Amino acid sequence: MIEVKNVSKSFHDGVKVLDNINTVFETGKTNLIIGQSGSGKTVLMKSTVGIHKVDEGHILYDGRDITKMNDNQIKMMHREIGMLFQGSALFDSMTVLENVMFPLDMFSDMDADAKRDRAIECLERVDLKRAIDLFPAEISGGMQKRAAIARAIVLNPKYLFCDEPNSGLDPKTSLMIDRLIQEITHEFNITTIINTHDMNSVMEIGENIVFIYKGQKGWQGNKDQVYDTGCQPLEDLIFASELYKKIKKAHFTLKD
Amino acid sequence: MNIIEHVGSFTKLMKLTLTIPDRWSMFGRQYVREIMKLGIDSIFIDIIISLFIGMAITIQMKLNMSNPILPGYLTGLAVRDTLLLEFSPTILCLILAGKVGSNIASEIGTMRITEQIDAIDIMGINSANYLILPKITAFISVIPSLVIISIFAGILGGLGVAEFTDTITVTEYTQGIQYSFVPFYVTYAIIKSMVFAFIISSVASYYGYTVKGGALEVGKNSTKAVVNSSIIILGSNFMLTKLLLT
Ligand SMILES: Nc1ncnc2c1ncn2[C@@H]1O[C@H](COP(=O)(O)OP(=O)(O)OP(=O)(O)O)[C@@H](O)[C@H]1O
Ligand SMILES: [Mg+2]
Repeated sequence: MIEVKNVSKSFHDGVKVLDNINTVFETGKTNLIIGQSGSGKTVLMKSTVGIHKVDEGHILYDGRDITKMNDNQIKMMHREIGMLFQGSALFDSMTVLENVMFPLDMFSDMDADAKRDRAIECLERVDLKRAIDLFPAEISGGMQKRAAIARAIVLNPKYLFCDEPNSGLDPKTSLMIDRLIQEITHEFNITTIINTHDMNSVMEIGENIVFIYKGQKGWQGNKDQVYDTGCQPLEDLIFASELYKKIKKAHFTLKD
Repeated sequence: MNIIEHVGSFTKLMKLTLTIPDRWSMFGRQYVREIMKLGIDSIFIDIIISLFIGMAITIQMKLNMSNPILPGYLTGLAVRDTLLLEFSPTILCLILAGKVGSNIASEIGTMRITEQIDAIDIMGINSANYLILPKITAFISVIPSLVIISIFAGILGGLGVAEFTDTITVTEYTQGIQYSFVPFYVTYAIIKSMVFAFIISSVASYYGYTVKGGALEVGKNSTKAVVNSSIIILGSNFMLTKLLLT
């Protein structure tokens, strides 16, 4: 469980990008941060993992406050975190297998064969075993995302952060990635935080949804409550989505 | 950013870089890779340009010293000392600043804009140390060999001129090459080149590591890396020469 308490953050220009955010990301669930472009989702995520220092407030990882840690303690904390970046961020100079083995090479004391086995196990989990000897440039965007997921989970992280895991993917592949992340979250009881503005993901895997609007928390709930929030900016966002248009169309077609 | 800010953030980056690696085996792997990429891959260009420069200097020196009062060995001596003191350590490093510097800056810069560096940091690894330290140490350790190879190739170039043209005789040339040799000049050349290797690799890493934006900025920053490390090399060449030779 990650608790975000009274977190505020501004950059050099002094505008509060995050304004007194309070929320809880629950263990074993897919926690979604949603909001319009520029609302502060990425800043919230980067502040939570400690890439940005917050101006005010506290962030507790199962009780451990990352805002009070020194650089070395944050470094140790990061070893419990897996992160999936918007552009996959695989290392170009390494094969898929080497990418997944990288965290093991860096931190684990297993012998070479055991590392390889563990990496292959993770690649099998994301259904990528046949691509292990290819380079990132040689595989598709969806495969890159899956390789990045394998790399993020290879050290059994307790916390998994995903910044827009669906960007640049077609709806079907997006759905597959969403489900994969959700399955892994349940399987290993990970605290997963996903940054998205994809309404399909919200409806599909929104077990705990935090809506950010202009740097403030606009609403929090789950996917079953999302249609009836009473929060105008969130409803605007939902109404603008393709999925909603489809539902509305289907609805009217039925009525006619 | 003004100069003082650059110096400040450069120093900060070097403080992160020059620390004990998280894992020596990973450092070793990267180090060997960089030796290959920065050193071995530079040998060819190193030999070619040194050969040609050696040939050209020999002809020019001979022309300048065509006065019959001057002893014939002077040409060989001048060629040797020019290579030893200036060409092989300094001019060669300027050329390598173009090749190696842009290579380092664009590689690290691309990793920055594609979030590969963030990915390393978030794993709890000191990315500056992991990426930059092997490059700096590898380049500093290969540069003496590159300089020595360059000196020999240059002298060989001159010998070729003596052998195949009638500019100068082989006897005169070889006599000059051996005449009043100062061993300290070799030490001087190696010290100088190692300083320049540090400048090239660290400045290029700095410009790569601090890229903000997209592919365009990576290109701009690698140009800046080459231009600025060249200026710093020439400035410190003057200072080192004053310091070590006078
Ligand atoms: N490093 C930074 N320095 C200054 N301002 C920043 C920085 N990072 C983000 N911001 C500002 O913070 C605001 C929120 O940005 P953020 O990247 O969090 O948006 P987002 O919700 O993730 O949007 P998107 O969906 O487009 O990714 C923006 O106005 C942005 O300009
Ligand atoms: Mg974002």
